[in-house]
Amino acid sequence: MPVMNIKKFSFTYPGVDHPSLKSITLPIKKNKITALIGPSGCGKSTLLRSMNRIHDLYPGNKYDGKIELLDLDTGKYQNILEIKKENEFIELRQKVGMIFQKPTPFPMSIFDNVAYGLKIAGIKNKSELKDRVENALKGSALWKEVHDRLDKSAMGLSGGQQQRLCIARAVAVKPEVLLFDEPTSALDPISTGAIEELIVELKKDVSIAIVTHNMQQASRISDYTAFMYLGDLIEYDKTENIFLNPKEKQTEDYITGRFG
Amino acid sequence: MEKIFQKLSLASATLVFVLLVGIFLTLYSAAKPAIDEFGLGFITNPEWNKEVVVPTAQDTANRAEALNSDDDAITDEDDVMIADEDDEIADEDEMLLDDEDESVTKTIYGGLVPIVGTLLSTLIALVFALPIAMGIAVFLAEIAPKNISNIVGIAIELLAAIPSIIFGMWGLYYFAPIVAGIVGGYQVSLLTAGLVLGVMILPFMAAITRDSMNTTPAVLKESAYALGATKFEVIKDIIFPYSKVGIIGSIILALGRALGETMAVAFLIGSIFVLPKAINDPTISIPVAMANNFGEASGLGESALFYLALILFIISFAVISLAKFYFLKKAK
Repeated sequence: MPVMNIKKFSFTYPGVDHPSLKSITLPIKKNKITALIGPSGCGKSTLLRSMNRIHDLYPGNKYDGKIELLDLDTGKYQNILEIKKENEFIELRQKVGMIFQKPTPFPMSIFDNVAYGLKIAGIKNKSELKDRVENALKGSALWKEVHDRLDKSAMGLSGGQQQRLCIARAVAVKPEVLLFDEPTSALDPISTGAIEELIVELKKDVSIAIVTHNMQQASRISDYTAFMYLGDLIEYDKTENIFLNPKEKQTEDYITGRFG
Repeated sequence: MEKIFQKLSLASATLVFVLLVGIFLTLYSAAKPAIDEFGLGFITNPEWNKEVVVPTAQDTANRAEALNSDDDAITDEDDVMIADEDDEIADEDEMLLDDEDESVTKTIYGGLVPIVGTLLSTLIALVFALPIAMGIAVFLAEIAPKNISNIVGIAIELLAAIPSIIFGMWGLYYFAPIVAGIVGGYQVSLLTAGLVLGVMILPFMAAITRDSMNTTPAVLKESAYALGATKFEVIKDIIFPYSKVGIIGSIILALGRALGETMAVAFLIGSIFVLPKAINDPTISIPVAMANNFGEASGLGESALFYLALILFIISFAVISLAKFYFLKKAK
């Protein structure tokens, strides 16, 4: 059962004639990792950034089609493109978290970083905050490294630690879906390995969509892969099929490194 | 070529220190007579340009007699009075004692009134301007659409470019009557001077704060929004902490300008050497005291003005060092 259903979704940036995404239809399956791959400018990040409507911080975008999000409590789908009110946006973004290309620690302590999403969601109980921060940090394999300096600034952590902190921060609010926008492109291979392990670990609890430039990464960690090119979804299938037995010529050319 | 360039830039950098130390030493040597005469007591003495009798042993005895015979003269002298009246009383005193014996008089100078006037008017300016400047900066950086932000931004920069004498005249003729109408009291006062100072430093603070808020990386703001933060929360928790350094910098610059501002304050503060008892009383600030009195000053009076200048120099230096220290500590 897909936790998100993207249906005939088109997207146009303001001041541009042609759409950046053309009638994309794609499921994000529950407790699976879906990788979005394709050459630069194919629209994979645009698609990802539409799934929590973070694009709407900047006015003037045009949408068409539907992006449906499953409400795990009621079992009903809601079209997130219809969201207009601020409180609905907040609710959406608490359900659909996001990790960015560069680590984005906030200018505050490690504890406050992880607790931030909880605090703005209205959780004030100190012991509950403490428990959930600890669990999120343990779940992000960061607890051992930072448990004795939770009150220190998050800016003092290494790049890889900062990115795991951002994952802990997103996990702490217990989202249904996590969107990763090239989460390891600014990290060294060892940190990248740790993040990849973590993402695989996380799919027990959340459904994941990840944009990546790194095809090995997509083949290593994802269950499903969508190949996009110039705003079109060329092929979507199980990851092993995409990499071992692609149906489309363009997909084969891209994954064998003939272009892109 | 390389060497010449290096030497030239080194020389330019050295010049800064030479100027700084040079100005300090010049001020100190010019203030030396007053420093020797009045010592640190200058800072706490509220009298300016007041003639007093130098007490001798015999004089003290006479004074005790005078205390018995004529209470009024002595108590009057203890009161804080406007300089001119003080002079008269001193004269009367002198005459009173003159028929007893030949006593020596001298003029004393104390800096308390202008020091207090400078610090309080600057404080009023800051308290008034800081919240408004933050409001303007937040509006320009985060809330207003781009075209409106640009127009208001230009208006702010134009406001910063207005010469201070224009602020002084506008303040005296149009702003002060309104303030006095609301608060009561004198039109020329600490309050009106402080508020006009506030209007003058407002555009600086707003423009610099806006610029540093604009340096907050978009992805950092997006991260907070992606966690479900509202615009207000993003401004409060992300943008303000991130641009803290720039905001403190803007406060330092504004303080520097407010402490040394002469022209606008000269129009509005009242220019009398009297400690203000209320916020809407007239008083004087250090730069105004210097500008008003340099023409006639000579000897010890002139030296006392240099002493005031030295104190202003040290106050500015201390304020900026404190702010820098605070900012360095916080940045770590």
